[in-house]
Amino acid sequence: MAIPVVYNLRSVKERWTSAVVAVLGIAGTVGVFIAMLSLAFGFKATLVSSGSTDNAMVRRAGSTSEMDSSISLDQVKIMEEFPGVAHASTGPLVTPEVVVIAPFPLLSTGTDANVQVRGVSPRALDVRSKIKMVQGRFFQPGLAELVVGRNVDKTYAGLNIGDSVKFGGGTWRVVGVFDAGGSAFDSEVWCDARVLNQIYHRPENIYQSLTVHLDSANSLQQFKDAATADPRLTVDVSPEIEYYAKQSRTLTTLIVVLGGIVAFVMGIGAVFGALNTMYSAVAERSREIATLRALGFGAGSVVFSFMIEALLISLVGGLLGSVAVLPLNGLTTGAMNWQTFSHLAFAFRITPGLLGLGIIFALLMGILGGFFPALRAARRPVAPALRAM
Amino acid sequence: MVRVDGGGGSNSLIKARGLGKTYSRGGEQIQVLQALNLDVEQGEFVAFMGPSGSGKTTLLNLLGGLDVPSAGSITVAGDEITHMSRSRLTQWRARHVGFIFQMYNLIPVLTAFQNVELPLLLTSLSKAQRRQHVETALGVVGLSDRMHHFPRQLSGGQEQRVTIARAIVSDPTFLLCDEPTGDLDRKSADEIMELLLRLVKDHKKTVLMVTHDPVVAARADVTLHLEKGVLVEAGRLQPVASGGVR
Repeated sequence: MAIPVVYNLRSVKERWTSAVVAVLGIAGTVGVFIAMLSLAFGFKATLVSSGSTDNAMVRRAGSTSEMDSSISLDQVKIMEEFPGVAHASTGPLVTPEVVVIAPFPLLSTGTDANVQVRGVSPRALDVRSKIKMVQGRFFQPGLAELVVGRNVDKTYAGLNIGDSVKFGGGTWRVVGVFDAGGSAFDSEVWCDARVLNQIYHRPENIYQSLTVHLDSANSLQQFKDAATADPRLTVDVSPEIEYYAKQSRTLTTLIVVLGGIVAFVMGIGAVFGALNTMYSAVAERSREIATLRALGFGAGSVVFSFMIEALLISLVGGLLGSVAVLPLNGLTTGAMNWQTFSHLAFAFRITPGLLGLGIIFALLMGILGGFFPALRAARRPVAPALRAM
Repeated sequence: MVRVDGGGGSNSLIKARGLGKTYSRGGEQIQVLQALNLDVEQGEFVAFMGPSGSGKTTLLNLLGGLDVPSAGSITVAGDEITHMSRSRLTQWRARHVGFIFQMYNLIPVLTAFQNVELPLLLTSLSKAQRRQHVETALGVVGLSDRMHHFPRQLSGGQEQRVTIARAIVSDPTFLLCDEPTGDLDRKSADEIMELLLRLVKDHKKTVLMVTHDPVVAARADVTLHLEKGVLVEAGRLQPVASGGVR
């Protein structure tokens, strides 16, 4: 049987001042680690939740985002007839869309930030059924009216219901607020695509993307095959969810890499903290260790015992770090979406999985910080250490 | 009967032959023990005396499997321990040796009960059986009422009695005592010696003890002197009933 864990628990309690150093080092590292990842996860989740599994996104072949894509009205008409497209009483559920970037002043700083203005079809809410109007009404086709996402309403000055705003050479009136369930659309302003094209002096029959609501997620391949086979079309069809996941990749990778580097450097410091704590524990308790060895506990038992102790310290550090960052969960922040050059509001998202990852990271630091001191403890000659003061 | 001439027979529980130990210090070879012979039978109480640095503790460490000799052999209850691997020796110690130290060497964060239970954690005894053994051992040393006290809550004499309980709890083949009374006042020392004598007399324990104190040594069956790395028999004393130092 192993050396009882109560020995480690009480030993840590006896030397708590030394253990606190290691605990705080690990807690700080885990806190930063979780905060960074929750930022990346939050950003990714916001974009990914913008897509629906039963929606397809159509863009010009080879385009990287809506910004450099174009789809003509003729092509839209062709695709409306394809198999797999869902229909309502008003017709096929598709929304050809255009996007422009317009600067609006942030409420927090007063400085301008880019807002994505999306021209959509009047059927956009039927295509994206998760989006609901929460205040006012939807825009009337043909009028220069805007509906704004929930975050836009809270983040920018002059974009509240009843406000009139000027951009793109036109004057617009805000008539409603929609809730897009925390997705990227919450950071957008929507209007009639035809009106947007007119005001921005764009060709009337050219759009940048087409979002198609499918009968079901399984109909995607059918729709895609029809688009590929039609010689009049040169388009890329992808699941909407995949398009938004791709958009999140650049910034998510950047945050994860930068956060990873910061956490790694801090982790090295924390491991040294743990090493220091554990080496001093081994030095202070050399007679106890020798006594246990004399009584018949093997070298493996001693290594195991000190590893348990290091893991206990790191677990406490990990839990403390996790609890410390919990208040960040749901806190909204903003960042530039590099694919659309527009400002995107998103929240820190601390999931149970992320907390678990933080604890694993803490335990890893505990293993690294505990192994060598534990090995030293087990390798010490027993006889001289028995008389150590 | 204890013998130091290498002539012990098959009755010997502990048999050392040609035992030597050499340390290397700063390139210099220091011979602590040389060609030492020893035979101890079951139930004997042997005291080792000698000046500081004479090798008393080294001999105890070799007999207890805490160190390995440079020459010679040690056989305990038929097991030749000299060539055992380190891990095998650790297992052997757990089974055969009960250690009693001058500084008690109790684990300060464990209660008396938990300290005494430690050797039993290496056996296959159930929790209930362990509890029974620990209570018995603490009863033998008269500390049944101090079971849940931590070492810092006990006097020096009580701590040493916990150490004795820990040494006997797993019923080892023999007990090794390194200056068991060295850190105690005379009264406590007497109590500890009474206890050790009782273990020899009533429980047929074999005890090997290192001491500086001739009064303490005089209570053993035999006192052996270590001089220049060799054992010399100082005198064989008649066993006496408990009740004070002779």
